[in-house]
Amino acid sequence: MTRAVSFAALALGAACGPGDGPGSLTVVSWGGAYARAVTRAHYEPFEAATGLTLAREDYNGGLAEIRTQVDTGNVHWDLVDLEMFDATRGCDEGLLELIPDGLLGPGADGSPAAEDFWPEANGDCGVGNVFYSTVVAYHPDRFPGEKPAVLGDFFDLERFPGRRGMRRSPLVNLEFALMADGVATDEVYAVLDTAAGMERAFGKLETIRDQVVWWEAGAQPPQMLADAEVAMSTAYNGRIFNAQVLENQPFVIVWDGQVLDIGQTGIVAGTPRLKEALEFLRFSSSAEAMARLSGEIAYSPTRRSALPLVTTHRETGVPMLPHLPTSPQNLGRVLTSDTLWWSDHLDEVNERFSAWLAR
Amino acid sequence: MTTGNVRSPTRVRLRAAGLTLPLVAFVGFSFLFPLGTMLSRSVYDPLVADTLPDTLALLEEWDGEALPGEPVFAAAARELGTALEGRLAGRLGGRVNRVASGMRTVIVRGARAAAEAPAATARETLVAGDPAWGEPATWRAIRTAGERFTVRHYLRALDLDRDAAGSIIRQPEELRIYVPLLLRTLMVSGAVTLLCLLLGYPIAHLIANSPPSRARWLILLVLVPFWTSLLVRTTAWIVLLQTHGVLNSLLVALGIVADDGRIAMIYNMTGTLVAMTHVLLPFMVLPLYSVMRTIPPHFMRAASSLGANRRQSFFRVYWPLTLPGTAAGSLLVFILAIGYYITPALVGGSSGQLFSNMIAFHMQTSLNWGLAAALGGILFVVVGALYVVYDRLVGATSLKLG
Repeated sequence: MTRAVSFAALALGAACGPGDGPGSLTVVSWGGAYARAVTRAHYEPFEAATGLTLAREDYNGGLAEIRTQVDTGNVHWDLVDLEMFDATRGCDEGLLELIPDGLLGPGADGSPAAEDFWPEANGDCGVGNVFYSTVVAYHPDRFPGEKPAVLGDFFDLERFPGRRGMRRSPLVNLEFALMADGVATDEVYAVLDTAAGMERAFGKLETIRDQVVWWEAGAQPPQMLADAEVAMSTAYNGRIFNAQVLENQPFVIVWDGQVLDIGQTGIVAGTPRLKEALEFLRFSSSAEAMARLSGEIAYSPTRRSALPLVTTHRETGVPMLPHLPTSPQNLGRVLTSDTLWWSDHLDEVNERFSAWLAR
Repeated sequence: MTTGNVRSPTRVRLRAAGLTLPLVAFVGFSFLFPLGTMLSRSVYDPLVADTLPDTLALLEEWDGEALPGEPVFAAAARELGTALEGRLAGRLGGRVNRVASGMRTVIVRGARAAAEAPAATARETLVAGDPAWGEPATWRAIRTAGERFTVRHYLRALDLDRDAAGSIIRQPEELRIYVPLLLRTLMVSGAVTLLCLLLGYPIAHLIANSPPSRARWLILLVLVPFWTSLLVRTTAWIVLLQTHGVLNSLLVALGIVADDGRIAMIYNMTGTLVAMTHVLLPFMVLPLYSVMRTIPPHFMRAASSLGANRRQSFFRVYWPLTLPGTAAGSLLVFILAIGYYITPALVGGSSGQLFSNMIAFHMQTSLNWGLAAALGGILFVVVGALYVVYDRLVGATSLKLG
């Protein structure tokens, strides 16, 4: 009997696995090039500095896993990289820990965190990590003559024939459609708020629908471009950059009409390792750590004082500044994603988007 | 032997039944219990009712037309404030948002105002938080979301809705999604079953009638893909079928299609059909093989010696004898196909998505578990109905699963 009990205890211990012991944290990020970048810039230096070990996991966004863990009281993720939209929603639903006042350290120039961070970067439960952008990118070999130059070209199948890659989500795509249809960036969400505007956005998507290949993970668009599965795709700018410099892909980013988003890191509510998790957040949100991240992948720091520390890509020596989404030469036409609008409308729009896709 | 050694039949039977107890407990714990809790979510959602009990009690006497009175506002402001403290305001907003889009921020803003900036009257407080609190529609949405037991999710899952008067209507055309998708899923599953049968029948026949040494190798060829990870098999099809993949490049090299006329064989319905047929083929071949192996070859010889030509001996002797295997394989493949979602998600593109992809979507992305449960419930009923039909036609006890 005792043997059976001890065997059961052993099996249970094995099932719990790494990440549950004291002194170890489970950190969850986006996989692929981004996970690689945070590993180099945040995880490894943190492990070296504190002696804690970080167990790494990947996911594709959404709150389902976090919600299951919180609802069942079995929290094994500690820190999660989140889309701001999910961070806001998760915070409202009590799935994430509130960030205590005074956690974030001063900037590299000594300015207090409140002034150093861009005002929109932090939420109640999320610390802004990076500005990242969804952009249109293409493979130049598919367009031997004229090259796409503006967002509207993505929807122009006559001048630029070929399949298009888009994320299987209404997020960003509806904004792209309206901007390509000539709506000014500051009016996009006001137009989407009307039934006619929604009709207009879906109408624009309809014009290229037969040519669209839908992607789900951020690692897919560079792959589809390289395989010539698509000629042009929406993509996260950092993934395209990494394919350019690390795999020598000739992809070109069309910096017109990019949709700017904030990536945050949050702590799963109820984690037994809250102290260590907060320690990590303080570490990873320092200006130096942010600058290191921008030296791995082309996303911009959310602290003002971190920007001057960004120099070149660590592995290849390519200057980073021209590739950051917030660099002046890339800011011609920019839309900042409206998290609040989407938190209100995503459910409804998603149903419509799914119905439209399935038709 | 003395009579004392003979155990009573009841005890023997009990002991035998006792051996199945671990399995019964396992099935109950790991299958029936979660299934039950999940299905109950499709009709039972107490969150709004538990969070706003007083408000909902007062709303029961409200006519639903004019704006409710100050007592309702006061109760709502108080309960919203408590919800905010308990970090429930967002969840509450999410639930009401499913009844009427846009309600999430209305609820959260109202709760913030109630907790942080109380005005002279509760009505002014909430309206200052968000002007939508001054509209009856907001209160109607709260009242609807406050139903503890609801068929709302099932209506949604059948593309139905309630109008303001409460009678059931069909959704506007651009929102009708689940019924067409269910029909498409049934059609795809049927097509996959048919393809598996057409491909699997000759294979099974070949294996069953080969000498044992060869049959062993042929069976291995069927089983190796069966043992390979589903993801590996599916991505292998992507490599083969994509626009610049192996097959298209071969066709171009042979001059059969032009370089700019490459065929789209994946990320559409074709991709879903091909990959699913391949993934599910072993489930057809194995039951067929096990039945065919038991059919003695001299039956066919006897049929021909009695004057039947090859076609007659096949259709009148061989085919009826393989029917239990055919039926078992078809039922297996059909039911597995109906619930498939990984393969369509990877190779289906937009036109190759199936019903289960919507369940996964509501479980993982929209977090509307109530609707996911209702969709799952409908799938469950459809599969159950098919099984009943099957039982009537073929008889479930004649199943031969291999």
